[in-house]
Amino acid sequence: MSWLHAFLADHDLAAWTILAGVISNASCALLGCYLVLRRMSLLGDAISHAILPGIVVAFLLTGKLSPGPLFIGAIAIGILTAFLTQTLHSFANVPEDSSMGIVFTSLFALGVFLLTNLARNVDLDPGCVLYGAIEHIPFKVDNDGWVSTFATMGLALVGTLIFIALFWKELKIASFDPALASAMGISAMLVHYLLMGMVSVVTVAAFEVVGSVLVVPMLIVPAATAHLLTDRLGWMMVWSVVVAVLSSFIGYASAAALDQTSVAGMMAVAAGGQFALAVFLAPRHGLLAKVFHNLSLAMRIVSEDLVALVYRTEELSGRSSDRSLSWRQCARAIGGGPVAWLAVPVERRRGHIRFQRGWVIELTNEGRRKAQSLVRSHRLWEAFLSEYFQLPLDHLHEPAERIEHFIGPELQESLAAELRKPEVDPHGREIPPE
Amino acid sequence: MNGFETFLATHYNTLVVLACTSLLGATSGLVGTFAILRRRALLGDALAHAALPGICVAFMVWGERSLPIMLLGALVCGVLGVLIVSFLAWATRIKEDAAIGAVLGVFFGAGIALSTWISKATPTGSRAGLDSYILGKTAGIIRQDVYLIAGVSLACLVVIALLYKEFKLATFDRDFSRVQGWPTLALDLLLMGLIAVIVVVGLPAVGVVLMAAMLILPAAAARFWTDKLGTMLALASGLGLFIGCSGTLASAQFSLTPAGPVIVLVGSAVFLVSMLLAPRRGTVARLVEQWRFNAWLRERLQRPGEPLPEEMP
Repeated sequence: MSWLHAFLADHDLAAWTILAGVISNASCALLGCYLVLRRMSLLGDAISHAILPGIVVAFLLTGKLSPGPLFIGAIAIGILTAFLTQTLHSFANVPEDSSMGIVFTSLFALGVFLLTNLARNVDLDPGCVLYGAIEHIPFKVDNDGWVSTFATMGLALVGTLIFIALFWKELKIASFDPALASAMGISAMLVHYLLMGMVSVVTVAAFEVVGSVLVVPMLIVPAATAHLLTDRLGWMMVWSVVVAVLSSFIGYASAAALDQTSVAGMMAVAAGGQFALAVFLAPRHGLLAKVFHNLSLAMRIVSEDLVALVYRTEELSGRSSDRSLSWRQCARAIGGGPVAWLAVPVERRRGHIRFQRGWVIELTNEGRRKAQSLVRSHRLWEAFLSEYFQLPLDHLHEPAERIEHFIGPELQESLAAELRKPEVDPHGREIPPE
Repeated sequence: MNGFETFLATHYNTLVVLACTSLLGATSGLVGTFAILRRRALLGDALAHAALPGICVAFMVWGERSLPIMLLGALVCGVLGVLIVSFLAWATRIKEDAAIGAVLGVFFGAGIALSTWISKATPTGSRAGLDSYILGKTAGIIRQDVYLIAGVSLACLVVIALLYKEFKLATFDRDFSRVQGWPTLALDLLLMGLIAVIVVVGLPAVGVVLMAAMLILPAAAARFWTDKLGTMLALASGLGLFIGCSGTLASAQFSLTPAGPVIVLVGSAVFLVSMLLAPRRGTVARLVEQWRFNAWLRERLQRPGEPLPEEMP
C-alpha cells in the first residue's frame, strides 16, 4: 500500500478534490435513476433551486455550514417544494409545469434575495453557493473545515445507500407501477415524499462541491446515460455511478489541464460527453445500433422477398428460363432502394442464388428450400384468413405479404395442423411441402 | 416644462431601468401566455440556462463585451439547446423532461466553465461581468438596451397581432388546425423563437432563473381573472408591466440589489393575490361558492319531494 501513500502524498490536492467529487456525484447519480425513470427530472431541478433559501437561512441562523441544521432545512424545503407544486396543481388548477416553475423560481428568488442582501457581511460568497468551490476543499483539509464538508457528503452518500437498500422493493414498484403499489398497500405518495426528501439531502450535501445549480446535471445526466445502456434497474444504478465517477476524474483532469476553470462545470461537461457517446453508441438503444438494426431487418425481409420472387417465377414458367430475371428486374420488384439492390449479391454470397449466362438469376437448392418455406407461410396464412375470417380473395395477399417474414417453423406447423394440412391456397396455388 | 426636464435629468438612470423592466415584463406576459397554455412553461428556464455558453463563446470570438453580439450568441446557443432536446425526445428512449434537464445542466455547466476560464485567463473579462447574466444586473442598463428591448417587444407584439387567430387555433385545438392545413410545426417553431428572443433579451436585466419566472408569473396570474384568450393576453401584459415597474421601484427605493429577485418576489405576490382573490376562479371565491352550495343542498334535502329548480345554484 506504500505506493498508494506515495501517490496520495504527491497528488494530495487532486486526490481530495476528486474524492469529494466522487462522493457527491455518486449520491446524486443513484437517486437520479429514480427521478429519470419516474419522469421527475425537473422536480430534481426545481428542488436544487428551491433549497437555496433554506441554505441561506440555516447559515444565517447558525453562522456556519454544519450538517445537522442544513439537512433538516433541506428536507423541509424539498418536501415543501414538492408539496406546494402538487397543491397548486390540484387545488388551484394551475398546470403542472407552470406550478413547478412558479414554486421553485419564487423560492430561488427568495434565496438570492436573502443571499445578496442579508448575507453580505458574513462569510458566504454567492458565487460559491451557486457554482460550488470544490477547488477550496483540499485547503479545508488542513483545518476544521474538512470535517464538516466530508462529514456532510459522506453522511449523504451513506444515507442514500441505506435508503435505497431499505426501500428497494417499494421504490421499484412505486416507480414503475404506482397503481399496483397502492393496491398492494404501499403508499405511493409516502415513497414519493421520502424520495424528494432524500434528493434534498443529497442536493444540500453536494452544493458545497458543485453548487446548488450544478447539482442538476449530476442528478440527471449519469442516470440518463445509464438508462440508454441497460434495461435493468440494478445495472442502471451501477452504470450511473460509473458515469458519475468517470465524470469526476475526467472533469478534474480537464479543469486542471485548462488550468483556470471551474471543476464542477467541467464535471458537468464530462458527464454530458459520456451521455452524447451513449446516445450514439449504446448497444441496443443508441442511434447507430438502431440504424444498424433497421438496416439488417430490412435486408432480411428484402432477401427473403428476393428468393420468393424467383421461386414464384419458376412456378409460373417451369424450370426452363422462359422468363428470365435480371438483377435489375429483381431489385425493382422487391422495392428498388439501395437495400434491394444489395440483396442480390448478399444472397449470392449466402449460396441461395446463382448467376447464369447473361446475369440471369436462378435459385440454388438451398435457396429453393428457403423460398418454399416462405411461400408456404404466405399461403398457409392466406388459407387461414380465408377460412376463419371469410375475407374475400383480394384481401388475402397484402396481410400475408407482411406477416410471412415473421411466421416461424412452429407457427407454420400450428397453422397447417389447424387447417388440416391443406394442399392448395384459396387462389388455387399449391402450398409447398415443408 | 422646466420642472419636468429637471425631473428627467435627475432620475434618468432610474427611468431608463424602469422603461427596460416594464417593457420586459409586458412582453414576457404576452409571450408567456402562449407558453403556459401550450404547457411549455419550463422551456424558458431551459433556454435561459442553455444560453450561457453562447454568451461566453460570443465574448471570446468578438474579444470585447458587446451586448448585441453576446445576445446573438445566447440566442443561437439557446435555440440549439432546445433543438437538441427535441431531437433527444424524438430519436431516443430519453423522455422529454430528462432531455430538458440534461441539456440545461450540461450547457450551463459548460457556460460556467467557460466564464470562469474567461474571467481568469483574459485581461478584459471579469467574472462579475458574466455573472450579471446569471443573477441579472439592472444597474448596468443603458439607453441602447431600452431601444433593443423596445424593438424586440414591438416585433413580438406585431407577430402575435398578425398571427393571433392561427396561434389561438394551434394552442387550443392542435389536431383541428393540422387538419385544416395550417403549418402547425412552423407556428410552434415561431412561438419557440419568440420565447427564445424575449428570454435572451431579458437575461442581462434579471438573469437566468428569474427570466423563467417572468415568463410564467404574469400569465399564470392573469389566468385566474379570465377565460378569454384576448383578455388574458392584455391582462398578462398589464400585470407584467406592473410587476417590472414596481419591482424596480422597490429595489431602487430600498437599495436592494440586484433587482431581479425583487421583481420576481413582487410577481409571486401578484400571483398569490390573484390565486386567492380572483372572482370565480380564485380560491376564496371557490370556497364561498362551495359553502353556499352546501348550504343550499342541506336546506333542499329537508324537502325531498319538491321538484328541482330550473337553474341549479
